[in-house]
Amino acid sequence: MTAKWTIDGVKEALAAKKVSARELAADFYARIRERNAELNAYLTLSEDRAYAQARRIDALVASGKPLPALAGVPVAIKDVISTRGVRTTCGSKILEHYVPPYDATAVERLEAAGAVILGKTNCDEFAMGSSNENSAYGPVRNPEALDRVPGGSSGGSAAAVAAGLAVAALGTDTGGSIRQPGSFCGVPAMMGSYGRVSRYGLIAFASSLDRIGPFATNIRDVAAILKVIAGRDANDSTSTTAPVPDYRAVMENPVKGMRIGVPKEYFGQGMDDEVRKKIVAGIEVFKKLGCQLHEIHMAHTDYAIATYYIIATAEASSNLARYDGVRYGLRVEDDSLLAMYRKTRGAGFGAEVKRRIVLGTYVLSAGYYDAYYLKGQKVRALIAQDFRDAFTKVDAIVTPTSPVPAFKLGERTNDPLQMYLADIYTVTGSLAGVPGISVPCGKICGKLPVGLQIFGPAFGEASVLQLAHAFEQAGGAVV
Amino acid sequence: MKISREDVQRVAELAYLDLSETELQMYRSQLDEILEYIGKLNQLDTSGVEPMAQVLADDQTADATLREDLVVPCIVAGDILRQAPDPEPPYFRVPKVIER
Repeated sequence: MTAKWTIDGVKEALAAKKVSARELAADFYARIRERNAELNAYLTLSEDRAYAQARRIDALVASGKPLPALAGVPVAIKDVISTRGVRTTCGSKILEHYVPPYDATAVERLEAAGAVILGKTNCDEFAMGSSNENSAYGPVRNPEALDRVPGGSSGGSAAAVAAGLAVAALGTDTGGSIRQPGSFCGVPAMMGSYGRVSRYGLIAFASSLDRIGPFATNIRDVAAILKVIAGRDANDSTSTTAPVPDYRAVMENPVKGMRIGVPKEYFGQGMDDEVRKKIVAGIEVFKKLGCQLHEIHMAHTDYAIATYYIIATAEASSNLARYDGVRYGLRVEDDSLLAMYRKTRGAGFGAEVKRRIVLGTYVLSAGYYDAYYLKGQKVRALIAQDFRDAFTKVDAIVTPTSPVPAFKLGERTNDPLQMYLADIYTVTGSLAGVPGISVPCGKICGKLPVGLQIFGPAFGEASVLQLAHAFEQAGGAVV
Repeated sequence: MKISREDVQRVAELAYLDLSETELQMYRSQLDEILEYIGKLNQLDTSGVEPMAQVLADDQTADATLREDLVVPCIVAGDILRQAPDPEPPYFRVPKVIER
């Protein structure tokens, strides 16, 4: 079988009866068994569920009926997204044995479109981290460089797709957790607008920032997955009724004449020189495609990390209050209820999660709320305004995804602030609620992938994909 | 340092989080460093800026926030109780809450 499957490749092979969905799933499980001990990308395999779905697809093929959009496509799901009957740990000891009684809407939609869910992927605990080193189940290794991190928090999903252990995967992005691992592992990775994809069944970290989105090996596949999972869901009141375009069709439109903003603030200090060279070369690709480049200013960029770590931790401290040893997950017994809560949470959460609960509780506590949380919300408004202002002048914004390529395992674990600063170019779009994608943009020394980030205006996923697709077709991945 | 061991202790109590002495000391210095960094927001004059309390504009969620109030079947109690550390159907059992 071919090394790299795509959604179209799977569909054609199934229709031509060159392979069955069952054989394809078995082939992927064989690859996973071969590679996973080394990569640690998957935490749980859902073989029963995958083969049951494969049987349904094979029956459909046999009946000659038309195949749905993702028929037989093997996919992986980040372990913060609920899967009925399949263990969902959030990378945490506190949920080590948790089996959700329902599916996230995104999972339900993928399966309804024919996808075969192979299993659950490793991630930073409760999606809190930028390197996947905060998983209670050990770090993921970057398939492109085994001594390096895959990025985080969706490191397992990025690594699984990069290593050919899934055709596509779902991740979640709160401050960069889809785009940054996509960049580190050299695969396209997209976060739609806030409200574009239902969060129902996504185990909450920071509800005003969390978004589900796809990893795939090419932009057409990213577009196909987004199309399937996007759209209004009655179970998430923040999902919008904005129509979902046929992304694959609209992204074929020519990009000539499109206006691209390049914000000066995203090329500042702390940026790796080799990353800069690749991004500059990537921007040249857009120029050759006939796009108009504009230098723009986004004045509040430098305040985004500080703002993010107020808002995200405040929301996390509230969301994670639900882990109390009563309804699900770990319980550490004690005769007193309050001591049971304290011991359960003290024993069940890892170091980074506790750090964020402490910080988030602090910024919300009496006497500090105005100075930190309210201030953060005001600066968030200014950052969102920067984006709205920019999109009155340009159609999209192009930046590096990360100031650095994948770093070595253990290199940043002792310095939380340095780790937070790895998200400096991604958190802005998270705070503003706009869509963003990371596309492969060359490799440093032919080895370490660099990601180029494209932001669009809210619900402007189509133009983001259009530019990403044109960039990919023009050979942007090998600048 | 602006943050004391007692500050961290107080926050941990608010969050019902047991922390060891080592953790208290570690979070004390890290929290101090992070809050120092966050302090850069004070360089910005935000008087007159409305806090961003929600991401989507009202017209993007107008219909989303209103739905018919219908009773729908939801037979999941058994499944949910199976996940509990100490279930006694149809209840969750917890340590004694009220002292005599």
